[in-house]
Amino acid sequence: MSTPRIRVGNGCGFWGDQPDAPILLVQHGQLDFLTLEYLAELTMSILAQQRQRDARLGYATDFLEVLERLAPVWNSQPNLRVITNAGGLSPVACAERAVEILRQQGLRKRIGVVLGDDILPRLDDLLASGHVLAHFDTGEPLQHIRNRVVTANVYLGAEPIVLALERGADLVITGRVADASLTVAPAVWAFRWSWQDYDKLAAATVAGHLIECGAQVTGGLYTDWHTVPDLWNVGYPIAEINADGTVCILKPDQSGGLVSVDTVREQLLYEVGDLSAYLTPDVVADFTSLRLRSLQPDGVEIAGVHGRPAPETYKVAITYRDGYICSGQIVVTGRDAEEKARLCADIIRQRLRRAGMEPEQYYAELLGAGDTVPGVWPRTQPCEIVLRITAWDRRRTVLERFAREFAPLVTSGPPGITGYATGRPPVREVFAYWPALLDRSAVRPEIHILET
Amino acid sequence: MRLYDLATARSGDKGNHANIAVLARSAQAYEFLRHYLTPQRIADYFATLSPRHVQRYEAPNLLGLNFILYDVLAGGAARSLRLDSQGKALAVALLEMEIPETTSSI
Repeated sequence: MSTPRIRVGNGCGFWGDQPDAPILLVQHGQLDFLTLEYLAELTMSILAQQRQRDARLGYATDFLEVLERLAPVWNSQPNLRVITNAGGLSPVACAERAVEILRQQGLRKRIGVVLGDDILPRLDDLLASGHVLAHFDTGEPLQHIRNRVVTANVYLGAEPIVLALERGADLVITGRVADASLTVAPAVWAFRWSWQDYDKLAAATVAGHLIECGAQVTGGLYTDWHTVPDLWNVGYPIAEINADGTVCILKPDQSGGLVSVDTVREQLLYEVGDLSAYLTPDVVADFTSLRLRSLQPDGVEIAGVHGRPAPETYKVAITYRDGYICSGQIVVTGRDAEEKARLCADIIRQRLRRAGMEPEQYYAELLGAGDTVPGVWPRTQPCEIVLRITAWDRRRTVLERFAREFAPLVTSGPPGITGYATGRPPVREVFAYWPALLDRSAVRPEIHILET
Repeated sequence: MRLYDLATARSGDKGNHANIAVLARSAQAYEFLRHYLTPQRIADYFATLSPRHVQRYEAPNLLGLNFILYDVLAGGAARSLRLDSQGKALAVALLEMEIPETTSSI
């Protein structure tokens, strides 16, 4: 007698992840659900820039390429469901393009679109009705930077995704949702768990947290990297979730990589805080309660996860304009490379000062001499150093001048400078991050359904 | 001996803060590291990054210690002037920490 279970695979850990991973995972993973995660903390501001240039954009366009390649495989696995946050700032635009692609490929699918995370249009109303949206760390009220806000999105939970699945969606496209909720939703829907089944919700949350970064749980980043076979062909992770709330982390047969208690422990503690309280909109998961057990050859079973009711507030990710940044590089070679690199950094600063264009912030790193973590790596005497200088200023003009100061070093600096072939470094607008909290009652997720 | 001999590690970012997870290779190593790897020792090791505060969380079931280093990323992913604006290099840097043989007896 077998317990009801589902297999959820995550084929994308961030926008820019391996293009072949989702297809390989679907081909070899025997999945019930494929999740694709595209939205890092600052992705929304990049999407905002794209939407500014073209109103039809504002979503993770890579997803459409995945969908095009996925369609033929999906045809032979008609029960597969796909859940993704590729919608970004424009879930409807993303879904409309998805409809076109699926129609072209002759696939009849129902698409559920989750809306309601984007609170930018409501921001002034929210502030006026007493929601301060204070900075999570500093307590500063949002009003101080209100006129510079570019995006404002609530991290929604699994509930609206479950509603979309209940309405028969084969593909669910969301904007901002908590990453783990992409995995929690199919489990809640498949097993009809209640929103008070805290331990089970917490177990699915652990599963989602473990697979959300793709190959990071299947051998990527692992400290003992030399023990990981065929990292070039690393298998993307599968969470096998049982109706009783136990979870197995696996990867496709024949794939490279490694799933072990050690790779799972490392990823469990990746980018988390209090280990007894991993907060999501669905539940608070206690990582200190769970047990890991090795399954041969490549798998880990997770049991005993405890959960508590979710917080009364949603996390909000706000981005705002914060000046300009520019980062340039040259390579300094030969004897005394370190001293020469320091001289180059000083030369640029002095020339900018002479021109009345010294940036408000100026930072030089001697890469190769230990500056990625300054003061920690043992200093060596390398024969070549990448000199990276980064500057920030409120004025774009200052940084445009800064960008012009690298090339002249080739003729008017110390000897042995090379590697300046990529042209002037670009000046970028900075979008800084403003985390905040918002009462759950102020947010109302909505579902739209489209058919192909 | 260095920390790598006793533990694995992984680091990442949370806004302007970094976390470094340290996973002991044995129960014995965990007991030692729980005493040896104090928040103060981590703060001293990364003194050049000027952490405002170091908080430690423990998970004995995973033989794991999680350190949050507050305000060490010089503004975080988009705003930081540093190359390692997301703290990706902190774990491998911490694993180079020298552990005095006499203190560990492992």
